[in-house]
Amino acid sequence: MRLTDLDKKIIARLQGDLPLCPAPYAAVAAEVGITEAELLQKAEDYLAAGILRRMGTILRHHLAGFTANAMCGWNVPPERVEEVGRLFASYPQASHVYQRPTYPDWPYNIFTMLHGQSDGELELTAREMSARVCITDYALLRSTREFKKTSMNYFAG
Amino acid sequence: MKQKHAADRLSATDRELLNLVQTEFPRTSRPFAELGRRLGLSEEQVLVRLQALKADGVIRRIGGIFASQQMGFVSTLVALQVEESALEEVAAAVSGYDGVTHNYERRHKFNLWFTLVAPSDEKLQQILGEVEKLPGVTALRNLPAVRLFKIGVNFDMQEGGR
Repeated sequence: MRLTDLDKKIIARLQGDLPLCPAPYAAVAAEVGITEAELLQKAEDYLAAGILRRMGTILRHHLAGFTANAMCGWNVPPERVEEVGRLFASYPQASHVYQRPTYPDWPYNIFTMLHGQSDGELELTAREMSARVCITDYALLRSTREFKKTSMNYFAG
Repeated sequence: MKQKHAADRLSATDRELLNLVQTEFPRTSRPFAELGRRLGLSEEQVLVRLQALKADGVIRRIGGIFASQQMGFVSTLVALQVEESALEEVAAAVSGYDGVTHNYERRHKFNLWFTLVAPSDEKLQQILGEVEKLPGVTALRNLPAVRLFKIGVNFDMQEGGR
């Protein structure tokens, strides 16, 4: 799907915060200079094209009860990447599972983002996952400081 | 801890509402009325609850979640090894890029981790080149996803976050 200037304007606005009023799409449409029906149709088009994943909320997980999170890198033999990646994806505690490149000083090719109520719970989750797949070389990296956390502003300004 | 209290205060209705709006905020003229119908609440009650959850900081944003790749953007995860004395300065410089969406200190030899989104690979490489040259940066490892097994941050609020 080729994005026009109008599309970019709409996307820039839709990725922002919707106003908490009874007809939020009408308000956004007015800002962009189209009708509410046109805006809702655009949203359907973006969804069909795979550009829009969904309309929804972004939660602050630590405020919603997920007080602990950690990135966990796993050193998985190449021939087991498929199997282990799929299995890790089935864990509700893992929000993201990716395969990434490795380096001599960073041998961990599968990444999982783990969430829980405490650091102890995260360690337990990682140990359970480790035992389940018989992979013992992993690095559990808790964040010790958050310098930035935001959503991408596509087509801003 | 203040953070913990915000979660403890969530009522069963709030959790149900959060579950619903995380995954499917309606694309209709009156989305809050629609949510209310599903939860047995009025449109006004839904708006009031969401306003409170936002004021409490539980909800960061309600809006569109877009797929950067489908729009021609490229993204990556970057691990940096930074001299301890330079960490704050490097972190601030990294955060200064618009395309940096997450930037964390982590306890590891690679002690600064950030995600970067850019409109082209050329732009992405340019930013990585600049970051690598920041004083105090001793190593940079570019870790773009080569395969996605799971992407999405939906949590079951009713199960207390499991």
